[in-house]
Order: sequence, then C-alpha cells, then structure tokens
Amino acid sequence: MELNTMISTMAAGMLRTCGIFALTLLGSLPLGMVVALLRKSRFSVVRVIIRVYISVIRGTPLMLQLLVWYFGPYYLFGMSIRGWRFPALIFGFIINYAAYFAEIYRGGIESIHVGQYEAAEVLGYTKTQTFMRIILPQVIKRIMPSVTNEVITLVKDTSLAFTLAYQEVFSLAKQISASQTSFLPFVIAGVFYFVANYVVAFAMERIEKAMDYYR
Amino acid sequence: MIIEMKNIRKHFDSLEVLKDISFGVDSGEVVSIIGPSGSGKSTLLRCATFLETIDGGEISYMGQKAAHTNASGHTVYVHHNELKKFRTYCGLVFQQFNLFPHYSVLKNLIDAPIHVQGRSRGEAEETAMDLLKKMGIADKANSYPYQLSGGQQQRVAIARALAMKPEILFFDEPTSALDPELTGEVLRVIRQLAEEKMTMVVVTHEMPFAKAVSNRVIFMDGGVIVEQGDPEDVFGNPKEERTKAFLRVFER
Repeated sequence: MELNTMISTMAAGMLRTCGIFALTLLGSLPLGMVVALLRKSRFSVVRVIIRVYISVIRGTPLMLQLLVWYFGPYYLFGMSIRGWRFPALIFGFIINYAAYFAEIYRGGIESIHVGQYEAAEVLGYTKTQTFMRIILPQVIKRIMPSVTNEVITLVKDTSLAFTLAYQEVFSLAKQISASQTSFLPFVIAGVFYFVANYVVAFAMERIEKAMDYYR
Repeated sequence: MIIEMKNIRKHFDSLEVLKDISFGVDSGEVVSIIGPSGSGKSTLLRCATFLETIDGGEISYMGQKAAHTNASGHTVYVHHNELKKFRTYCGLVFQQFNLFPHYSVLKNLIDAPIHVQGRSRGEAEETAMDLLKKMGIADKANSYPYQLSGGQQQRVAIARALAMKPEILFFDEPTSALDPELTGEVLRVIRQLAEEKMTMVVVTHEMPFAKAVSNRVIFMDGGVIVEQGDPEDVFGNPKEERTKAFLRVFER
C-alpha cells in the first residue's frame, strides 16, 4: 500500500473519530448538567437512581459498557442489532461521559460561596435566574481545567470504538498494520491523535482566557 | 412603621437564637444593633430579609403581614409570589459584600433592577451612575469587583442594594471584613445616607459610629433585646448589668 493511500484511508477514519468526539460532547455536556441537577433533586428516589448510575458508570470499564450497549438488546430482548452499531457507540459514550461531567459540574456548583445565593435571593432573583445568571457563569469558569482534562481523555477514548469494530482511526491502524505488516499506521494514528489533542488544548485555553476578565 | 417584627422566635436545631424578640423601625430612623457575637443580631437581620424563616411571631412591612403564627401555632408566610413584593421593601448589605464577581460594577448595580424589577436599562443605568457618584466610585463603573479594595467593594454592595430602591436597608456588620483603614470610607457613606433620612438598621461593632449616627441603639444578648433607647442613654448611662459589661470591653 502506498503511503498516500494509507494516509487518506486513515484520514477518513480520523473523520469518524472526530464524529464520535463531537457527538459525545454534544450529548454529554448538557446531559451532565441535567444529571448534576437531578443528583440534588428533592426526591430521594431520583437522587438514589442518579448515584447508582454514576457509581456503576465510573466503576466499570467504558469498553465493557460499549459491549453491553451494543449486544445488550440482542441478549436481553432478542432484538436485531443490525444498524445499531453506531447508535450504541454514541449512546455508550454519552452516558459514560455525562456521568463524569455531572460530577465535575457538581463540584463546581458546590464550590460557589453561599453568599452568592443569598445576595441573589435578597435582590429578588428567582431560583432559575440565580442559577442561570449568577451561579452557572462562575461554575463554568471554575470547572474549565477539569473539563479540558476530560475532553482530552475523550479524544483518546474514542479508540475504544474499535471494540465494536467501528472503522475509526485506531481500528484502521490495527487492520492496516496487520495486513501490510507495517508499523507506520500506528505512527500515523499517533500523529492524528496528537494533533487533535493539540487543537483541543489550544481551543480550551482560548476559552479559559476569554473568561480571565474576572477572578 | 416600615418594618415591624413581633415575638420573633427562631432556633437552629436545639439552639434558641431568637427568643421572643419584638422590634420595629419607623421611616427615616437609623437603628444600631450591638451585642456580643452569637447574640442573634445577624439572625434577626436574616429573618427580617427573609433569608431565614421564623419559627414563631409576625413580620410586617408597611403595615402588611408577610408572616405570622396562626391560631394552630403554625408560622405561615405569604405565597412566594407575594413575598417578592416584600423582598423589594428591604435591602441587605453583607459583611462579606457578596458582589457578583463575573459582573462589572455597573452590571452588579443594574442587573437586578432590569431582570427582577423590570426597569428599563436606561433608567437603571442612570440610577446606578448616580449611586456610584454618591459612593465616590463613579470611575470604577467598568471595573470588576476583584480590582477594587474591600472598602470600595462594600460601597458597591451598598449601591447595589440601594439600586433596588428599598424602603429600608439592613447592614450586617458592614465593616467587620475590612482592614481598619478602610472602615472609615464605608461608615462615611452610611452616615451620609442617614443624613438623607434613609431608613437603616445596622448591626455593628463600631461603637463611636453607632453613637454618632443612630437614633436608637439596641443591645442584644442571648437572643433577647436586653436594652434599647437613645444612644446617649445606652452608651452613657446603661441600665442593665449585661450592657455595662459589654460596653466596658470597648472602653480602652
């Protein structure tokens, strides 16, 4: 296989990797906030469910979770899993990352001084206004470093899609390497991941900088 | 009467913090509340501003009941939609300022008037700038709280409370978090408001200030009002032993 073909095949795989990455963030960043808020719900049943969900997700490997999402419907309900590969993959990633983001959000929300809530309350802000206008902007600033960590981990975690034989860049690297008995695909994959993370880190730094106007 | 609190009781678990306290403030009056820490001064302010709910008694603003203990012994507040109206009657200045750090000084002053009270931006900004001028920090309108000294931050906090045009302003130890050299600028602002007949209740440890500015001084200890009256009398000729003992600590 020519180098050009190799690179362009793997670039197509990298595009799929980016797809997993983008869809996972798109789903898990907001879902994590919902989970974080439900964790503080006034209904104890909800709180317990959320705690169990978070502890199961954090206590088991993502690779295993992906297999469960993919094969579960067949083994548990005898459903056909044709066409279910990609949805299962994205589902698994979102559910997993939402749990981690929820814990980051929770830490951020709890770190806001009670005086902020009290000042808002005395000024007559509603609970929603207080959260959206006063608390959330400060939370976002505080959690940025942790979110950056998680996002960078996600770039690398996308390689777990190979478990479900989804043709992203890591799966392709393995396949091409085996068929061509070449080490080169791994180097190319490594460069792709590194560049992707470099871009992510750069973008996150810009976002953090944009919020530097206050302390 | 702007605010009237009758037979207020408040406890945290088994600790009784307010034991049957009654007090009222007339329009234009400046009341200082003094007393040792843990005497319930702050809790009283927090009950008056609805940050804490009372366990018994009655709170009225402008002659309208906000909370009362009914015949069956339960203390009930008005519906939270109506409570909003009561919140607009009172403002509170915190010991720790509690400014919103992500908002500029001006935004701190106009955000609630616009989004809570529904005022126009133009009107809110005009009011805000007038207040900042009065506080001597008009040049800081576009600064952020972290760029200001403690004294400046507290003056912004006072302006923020005033921007809501409250009927009465409560101060919870407004200078206790400040370096000694910065207390003067905050006390000067409060004094200026007193001269303009702003109705105020100030919990403070600044005895000379309380003596000079207030129309009435309340000495609290152990969740009760031990003594109250004209500042000359309370400071110059205290009747109660506890008041004397407390004031002796400050004479040195």
